[in-house]
Amino acid sequence: MFRYITRRLAALLIVALGVTFLTFFIMHLAPGDPAEMVALARYGQENLNRESIELIRQEEGLDKPLYLQYGRWLQHIIRGEWGNSLSTGEPVLKEIMVRFPATLQLTLAALVISLLISLPLGILAAVKHNTLADYFAMTLALLGVSIPAFWLGLLFMLLFSLILGWFPVYGYGTLRHLVLPALTLGCGMAAITTRLTRSSMLEVMEQEYVISARARGIKERDILTGHALKNAFIPVVTMLGIQAGHLLEGAVVIETVFAWPGLGKLLVDSIFARDFALIQGCVLFFAALVVMVNLLVDISYMYLDPRIRFEKEV
Amino acid sequence: MHDVHYPHTQRSDKTINKMALIGLLVVSLLLLLALAAPFIAPHNPYEQNLENNLLEPCTQYPFGTDDLGRCIFSRVIFGTRNALFIGIIVTLISATAGLLVGLVSGYYGGVIDELLMRLVDILLAFPGLVLALAIAGLLGPGLFNLMLALALVGWMSYARVVRGAALSIKEKDFVESARAIGAGNIYIIRKHILPNVTAPLLVMATLGIGHVILNAAALCFLGLGLQPPEAVWGAMLSSGKAFLRSAPHLTIFPGLAIMITVLAFNFLGDGLRDITAPGRNEMI
Repeated sequence: MFRYITRRLAALLIVALGVTFLTFFIMHLAPGDPAEMVALARYGQENLNRESIELIRQEEGLDKPLYLQYGRWLQHIIRGEWGNSLSTGEPVLKEIMVRFPATLQLTLAALVISLLISLPLGILAAVKHNTLADYFAMTLALLGVSIPAFWLGLLFMLLFSLILGWFPVYGYGTLRHLVLPALTLGCGMAAITTRLTRSSMLEVMEQEYVISARARGIKERDILTGHALKNAFIPVVTMLGIQAGHLLEGAVVIETVFAWPGLGKLLVDSIFARDFALIQGCVLFFAALVVMVNLLVDISYMYLDPRIRFEKEV
Repeated sequence: MHDVHYPHTQRSDKTINKMALIGLLVVSLLLLLALAAPFIAPHNPYEQNLENNLLEPCTQYPFGTDDLGRCIFSRVIFGTRNALFIGIIVTLISATAGLLVGLVSGYYGGVIDELLMRLVDILLAFPGLVLALAIAGLLGPGLFNLMLALALVGWMSYARVVRGAALSIKEKDFVESARAIGAGNIYIIRKHILPNVTAPLLVMATLGIGHVILNAAALCFLGLGLQPPEAVWGAMLSSGKAFLRSAPHLTIFPGLAIMITVLAFNFLGDGLRDITAPGRNEMI
């Protein structure tokens, strides 16, 4: 088990380092002179001149080789100095932390909704394999992965806000504001999890221990709760790591549709403001979140699947 | 990090073929629409007619008109061109890149494999759409930048699957004996490994086209990639949003077009998987 943890941590460290490296280099995709852009943001179009640009180039170390720039930047990142937003002048990390709770709220609510839909539906589809209920669940799931989330959001908005008037059209603050964005995000997620739960259940139901339990005359219901469910959930939990990525992806779009003041909206806004420091910060933060969730998943995986705890190699 | 794992589906043979068939039918129909768009569209998709703006669906304008009086039906039909072009070309690029990386990684192994797979891990740590959004946003608007961003974030899962397949096949006896009688690496890859990865790759790519179309629509909806007045479904949705209350048809039809297209590729992909790899659920 110790070996498993150290291996996972080592892999994680490499990924984390690579993530910072990549984020740093993505910023160099932008056409134009970075020193000029910083100068433009700092002094405005009228006061832009060659001297101030050169001054910034030296100040920010932009004349140094790229790997030195990266090293310097990484030191700052580790110390929590993520630079200042070019548009508001506020520290990037502060801007991100202000927005983070809204995204957390949205994604957690969506996760709960998706599990509430997908677990019963997936289990039902597996237990009633090849029946009408199964086909219905699978059709629903296939529809769910094919509908663009932002369109579903707009349809919900049209039906539940504009026509029925049950929920506010957009905005943030109360529980009623949360319902539609979370439902939209949750539905998309549920589609994936339903398929996974179903196939995972089907696989477990074919295992020898389930067959032998059935042969011993144990009631189908007890087999389900006693043998099948826990084992079927292992891949579902494992998938949560990937789901976290999907949820954050979805959040970017959904937050923009519903004007939800979270990280996704911050990222989109910063892209249009060409606020490079903020874009960089957001991308890095998103990746850090995914890496963290994956670590948590790895740890919980160990508890769910004892084989991992005793095996030397995984 | 873990492989994206699409669960397998166990359907009877009759439904399998039906699924693939429906998917194939709709995809062919969409291709036809894209190719013959100028002959099918009743109006010029870019022609503005401010007197006829925001018309509800009628016989002259089957899907109504938008705020500039353009025919939505014609714009949706022309939109198939952009969607299919982006979906197919980006998928071709990502799948080819993934195939090459996967082959090199799996077949040669060692340090190269370790390096490439770490790169895959690192890229997979970013939510794909977030990375694509940042890349497309930094590069600036335009079709090429949009496609580049989508291709850059899309090749990793292909690489993983191909690597896995190459890894398992190269240990097989028939590869060993081929090598013993003097077959070279290129020959072994071409004769023994490629044929074994074609089927899963084809299934992934079919599903991948739908995925790329969805992501491209999302990026265009957010205002990146192709810009108005271009007939693009995602951009049409974002400009229709302002008229959601007064003219919901601006929102409904382009969205339906996206959904039907993606659904068709998913049907085809799922169907193909059941035909090519019944029960081999771990492959994809």
